[in-house]
Amino acid sequence: MSSTQPLPHGLKSDQLFVNLGPQHPSTHGVLRVGLTIEGEIVVKAVPDVGYLHRGTEKLAELRGYPQCVVISDRWDYLSAMNNNLMFCLAAEKLLKVEVPERAQHLRVVMCELNRIASHLLFFGTYGIDLGAFTAFLHAFREREMVLDLFEMSCGARLTYNYIRLGGVMKDVDAAWLAKCREFIEFFKPRLKEYDDLLSFNPIFLDRTKGVGRISAKQAVAWALSGPNLRGSGVSYDARKFEPYCGYEKYDFEVPVGKDGDCWDRYYCRVLEMHQSVRIIEAALGMMAEGPVMGKGVAKVPKPPPGEAYAHVEGARGDLGCHLVADGNASPYRMHIRAPSFINLAILQEMLVGERMSDVIAILGSIDIVLGEVDR
Amino acid sequence: MSEDAKDPKPEAPKPVPETTTAAAAPAAAAKPAAPAKPAPKPLPTPVYNEADGRLLKERRLWPTDMWRDPWSQPRYRMAWVKLIVLVAVALGAALLLGEVGRFAVPVTSFLLEKGAAYGLPAWAPGLVWALVKIVLVLHVPLLSALVFVWWERKISAHMQSRLGPMYVGGFHGWLQTVADGIKLLLKENITPTAADTWVHRLAPAVVVAPALLAFAPVSFGKDLSAADLDVGLVYVFAMAGVSVVGIMMAGWGSGNKYSLLGGLRSAAQLVSYELPRMFAVIPVIMFAESLNLADIGAAQGGYWFGVLPRWFIFYPVVGQLSFLIFLIASVAETNRIPFDLPEAESELVAGFHTEYSGMKFSLFFLAEYAYMTLACCLAAAFFLGGGTAPLSFLDGFLPSWAWFLGKVLALVFCFLWFRWTFPRFRVDRLMDFNWKFLLPWSFANIALAGLYVMVLS
Repeated sequence: MSSTQPLPHGLKSDQLFVNLGPQHPSTHGVLRVGLTIEGEIVVKAVPDVGYLHRGTEKLAELRGYPQCVVISDRWDYLSAMNNNLMFCLAAEKLLKVEVPERAQHLRVVMCELNRIASHLLFFGTYGIDLGAFTAFLHAFREREMVLDLFEMSCGARLTYNYIRLGGVMKDVDAAWLAKCREFIEFFKPRLKEYDDLLSFNPIFLDRTKGVGRISAKQAVAWALSGPNLRGSGVSYDARKFEPYCGYEKYDFEVPVGKDGDCWDRYYCRVLEMHQSVRIIEAALGMMAEGPVMGKGVAKVPKPPPGEAYAHVEGARGDLGCHLVADGNASPYRMHIRAPSFINLAILQEMLVGERMSDVIAILGSIDIVLGEVDR
Repeated sequence: MSEDAKDPKPEAPKPVPETTTAAAAPAAAAKPAAPAKPAPKPLPTPVYNEADGRLLKERRLWPTDMWRDPWSQPRYRMAWVKLIVLVAVALGAALLLGEVGRFAVPVTSFLLEKGAAYGLPAWAPGLVWALVKIVLVLHVPLLSALVFVWWERKISAHMQSRLGPMYVGGFHGWLQTVADGIKLLLKENITPTAADTWVHRLAPAVVVAPALLAFAPVSFGKDLSAADLDVGLVYVFAMAGVSVVGIMMAGWGSGNKYSLLGGLRSAAQLVSYELPRMFAVIPVIMFAESLNLADIGAAQGGYWFGVLPRWFIFYPVVGQLSFLIFLIASVAETNRIPFDLPEAESELVAGFHTEYSGMKFSLFFLAEYAYMTLACCLAAAFFLGGGTAPLSFLDGFLPSWAWFLGKVLALVFCFLWFRWTFPRFRVDRLMDFNWKFLLPWSFANIALAGLYVMVLS
């Protein structure tokens, strides 16, 4: 498209530069997208990140390994359990610690509950992005119950620091397990309600079907992961293809989309909540009494020099942690593979040629957390 | 300066031990001698809640607690009692008041008599009566906005499993809107530097004034309208059309790109949806053979087979189709979800009223609710029989204004229901829906209505 198109009667048209963010209700944080638009059509889109940069990777080099777990809570604050787990798996590889059976199950239960909480937040905010406000509060009602469960188990509702090196912080009691089962029973029929309210709403389908398509080839080329990749039809899930934490013991499926449009990405997340419920039910059934903390984890662990890489399937994609130890009490270098950051990159290619209102639909369907993008 | 600053430094360590020991000794001695100081109130001992495993005094309510057996909750039982009492009081008040329209003739004759007695010219009492009517009808949009904002909050809250406003005013936060209105009045009136000052300032007035004026010919019941206009229907639509100018002025004058986009969207949307909205009413005009809103309402009196009211919505196919088209187009005209593109919050950051604050913002808000009330009044008058009773044996049980009010409230509830259920349309789909679906169907509808009129006459 040319920048100025000749119009009849000597009128001139020009492109308009719009700053989408850093303060905008639909950027889910302090993201700025510089949009050049012609009427309602986007000509150029430049995502601008870094407004929330806190230098956590550098901070980790100055702190001991147990303290790094605390930092990990702050990357993707909507699914902090997965972050905890990712760091602990990498550090445990360096320390060569065995995690007891019960702690493994507890980790899985917590991570899946956190995945549900995170996807619920996506479900709600995506509804708001497209103008359906009610879905948001319905999702938050259930998310509140998950956060209540986390509060009961570790005292925190957002930054848990629950999964520790060698196990978990504290065992859960029978009251918690009963409450968790109660939540699952309450939650299952709600999933159908979500479909009735939003997923198959004709207007919602109209807004999301065929919008923001990513082909499988494109998704792999841009190194997408998580529901964004699976929405495009590529069945990759770290829980299935490189199981950690005993995920191979549970029976679950990897939901995959077909067209790679906004609706497929959205619905992949909804279906993942179904699978998370299955995993939690199985894990609660398999849970046996026993210790929740492995033996031989020092107060100030000093792993031998070496490198370790661990990755988990976070709520937003493939979360990876690369640790380099030099024999001291703190890591020599820590690097995070932040899925939100990598998923965000495709925006500049996807947004071109879309409408202004589709920009919001696409941005919402990528589901980014700015705490993780900027770290 | 530097000497003064240096001096206290060596001295500083000295007095510290002195003062601490010196002050501590007299304080210790004085303590038993000063009984005036009351003992600190002991902190409430926290209760460990076994069932919840938390240090909370009360068990936190989970949705499961409420939904397993709602009747076990005292609040739920009391809500039903309160609702029944409220409906009973409202019905009693309506019965007691009766037809309000019957006061019109005595009041005018009284005014004329008194005017003549005091030697006033004949037009003076007429003017006074006109002013009284204007003031009364002006209160309909203003008060209904107050009530409907509160109602919308409550309805949305209950649809989202919340409670909504509960404190201001005591009973379910019924004064919340008044409190918010006062807050908005006290807010700073900001005009952005980039704004076109006069356009920016005038826009809210241009939006609100026609919204209030459009209420003039609306017939709220028997003999209850400010102006008995023979072209009432045309007048209402003409007035409602003026507000587009105000919205465009707001979009342009704010000096904000998002507002500009919102203003342009609204111009396109409002102008297009006016067409099917008016074409949907043409069958009604054909059946009622009048443009007067009171006459249209009166034309729907009577019952088919003694049961089914002769409302236009019950005319097979034509009635339902026009009602639906009118309702959909009305939702679009009032800029409400699913058609709230001009003020799409998540896309355009509230669109044309982004840069408005305080009272200027609340004028836009007022206009939106006034148009919603107007749309519901019109739909009730055109399709739901105005002030006639829905069942033959209920005829004359309640005054006509009470039936009208009931219908308007039911329609307003539909508007709120749409708003809190649907997502938002996309701009191009919105236009497609209008030009390719609503408009052709409204044409077909007019043709069908012509056939009916031919057969009936």
